[in-house]
Amino acid sequence: MNLDQAFFLYFAAMIVVFSIVTITRKNPVYAVMALLVVFFHVAGLYVLLNAEFIAALQVVVYAGAILVLYLFVLMLLSVPREALGAAAHRRWPVYALVGGATTFEIALLLARSKFAPRPGPYPPDVVREMGSTQAIGTVLFTEFLYPFEVISLVLLVAMIGAIVLTKKWTPAQGGEEGR
Amino acid sequence: MIQFNAADLVWLLPEIILFVTASAVVLLSVIVRPEARSGLAALAVIGALAAGWAAYGLSDGNVELFSRMVIVDPFATYFRYLFVLAVLGGVLLSVRTLQTEGGNRSEYYGLMLFAAIGMMVMAEAGDLLMVYIGLELMSLSLYILAGFYRRETRSNEAAIKYFILGTLASGIFVYGLSLLYGLTGTTSIRAIGEIVSAGGLSRPALVLALAMVGTAFAFKVAAVPFHMWTPDVYEGAPTPVTAFMSVGPKAAGFAVFLRVFLEAFPAAQPDWNNLVIVLSILTMAVGNIIAIAQTSVKRMLAYSSIGHAGYILIGLVGGTAVGAGAVLFYLLMYTITNLGAFGILVVLQREKGRVETLDDFAGLGKTHPAAALGMLIFLFSLTGIPPMAGFFGKFYLFTAAVKAGYVWLAVLGVLMSAVSAFYYLRVVLAMYMQEPAAAGAGEPMSQPSAVLAVTIAAFLTVGIGILLNPLLSLAAASLPKM
Repeated sequence: MNLDQAFFLYFAAMIVVFSIVTITRKNPVYAVMALLVVFFHVAGLYVLLNAEFIAALQVVVYAGAILVLYLFVLMLLSVPREALGAAAHRRWPVYALVGGATTFEIALLLARSKFAPRPGPYPPDVVREMGSTQAIGTVLFTEFLYPFEVISLVLLVAMIGAIVLTKKWTPAQGGEEGR
Repeated sequence: MIQFNAADLVWLLPEIILFVTASAVVLLSVIVRPEARSGLAALAVIGALAAGWAAYGLSDGNVELFSRMVIVDPFATYFRYLFVLAVLGGVLLSVRTLQTEGGNRSEYYGLMLFAAIGMMVMAEAGDLLMVYIGLELMSLSLYILAGFYRRETRSNEAAIKYFILGTLASGIFVYGLSLLYGLTGTTSIRAIGEIVSAGGLSRPALVLALAMVGTAFAFKVAAVPFHMWTPDVYEGAPTPVTAFMSVGPKAAGFAVFLRVFLEAFPAAQPDWNNLVIVLSILTMAVGNIIAIAQTSVKRMLAYSSIGHAGYILIGLVGGTAVGAGAVLFYLLMYTITNLGAFGILVVLQREKGRVETLDDFAGLGKTHPAAALGMLIFLFSLTGIPPMAGFFGKFYLFTAAVKAGYVWLAVLGVLMSAVSAFYYLRVVLAMYMQEPAAAGAGEPMSQPSAVLAVTIAAFLTVGIGILLNPLLSLAAASLPKM
């Protein structure tokens, strides 16, 4: 086992463990903090893959922006402790069994597979030479220009939706009683 | 490295027109006074018609654009027409109920157009990345539309349910894609097809990826066992949205199904064929049998639309060209008929309260003969009684199954149609044989645009026999590359 594999195992194991912590905590603040750990370790995986730029984005966007947003929402809502309810659904053993069986099945199938893709136009040494930021910029605005533009529509729809679904209605719009 | 050619944008004219219209509608809905907002529905209709006209103008194209992210070929054009039809139906049915129940917020029409753009992106995708982005654009718009009538708790519940399960399906889809990428090193549908055909791929991972991608599509077309969300979401969402949702995403799902499975995985056909057969049998059986137990007509139509996904899946079995043509043709018949059937529910809606239960339909033949006649036409068409549209659709689907060597599957389809006749005709029975309930429920509100949409759908459903040959040859000329 070389160093790369050792690091990969560490990052992967931490991601799995803290993902489970995230979904099993009763206190949402603990859950968000566990998620933070997950995000940092995902960034670690990106570094292992020679994608420093994406690793940095992962930390800035997910850990920096999205998680802070989560915490703000939690703070503003200030959910009373009693309202949090039980951390686990009462039928959780059934779900754990189904989930565990599926995971086992996927792991078994993957363990018996070989992944040997052809190297793409950007193998690690090319990326290292031109810098991963430049490489991403180049493909993003040439080869992936069209998807890049369509994704902006997805974001636009999300914004419209957030406003339409949450903005207070005026009485003329059938106003909201006691809400 | 590609160079960007501005002239290529012409091929995307239908999407661009829809996008400009959608943005205009969203912006104007802030400015326009509430009384004048139905004018924005007219704008949306004009935009959709213009997009359909642009699609017609580009119909002889067969090009690949932007590093093969987009394919504009007859197949994509056929689906552009279908989505224009769906969005026209959706907008026309919505005008009045949006005022009474939806707080008259006309961003609604913009979201419907955005959903249509997403569907078109899916049908034109030459790359799995575009399939995913189109899927997200469509789904996100639909989640919002499902919850648009905010005062309705059922509408809120439908939106949340659809959102959570839809995101799960997207996650499974992306996992499948990542496995495929790991196996082949590309996301281009054609390149994957070439690598899979060349053989030598690790089979367990390929089958796993196929199952995951298939699961996501099955979720979008509401095939059993991924149908759990359908009845609740269809019942809870505003009825015009249900009408739109029951045809648009289903057609988009099958478009991607055809494109991906026939172009990328023809070599893996033995692997996915059995999956599709099982899906098809389960979907037909569960959809049609549970529909019998429903007392709400809206919920019954939701289960019936699950059943119809099962019939359409028959056309995919065997992966033949005849089957693909039958699927295309059936989707058109289904779109027209289902828009009409849900449209009748919209048309009958009263100022306060929807018309949904079987009891509401009692004696409709006496009180509202025109609406009852329309419902009769659509239900006959869904059952598959000649000379309605649905008969021809089913005829070609089952013929395709027989030609592909699956006679027993065709027989099962016919049997299930017979089962479906029971619950469709029960509504007809209630309309014509039962006495109307005591008066006092109030009259349906006046909805000229919805009546127009339903009338057109009714005429198309009955008169499709006249247009049969041109439509069949259109479907036959629009097959995906195989």
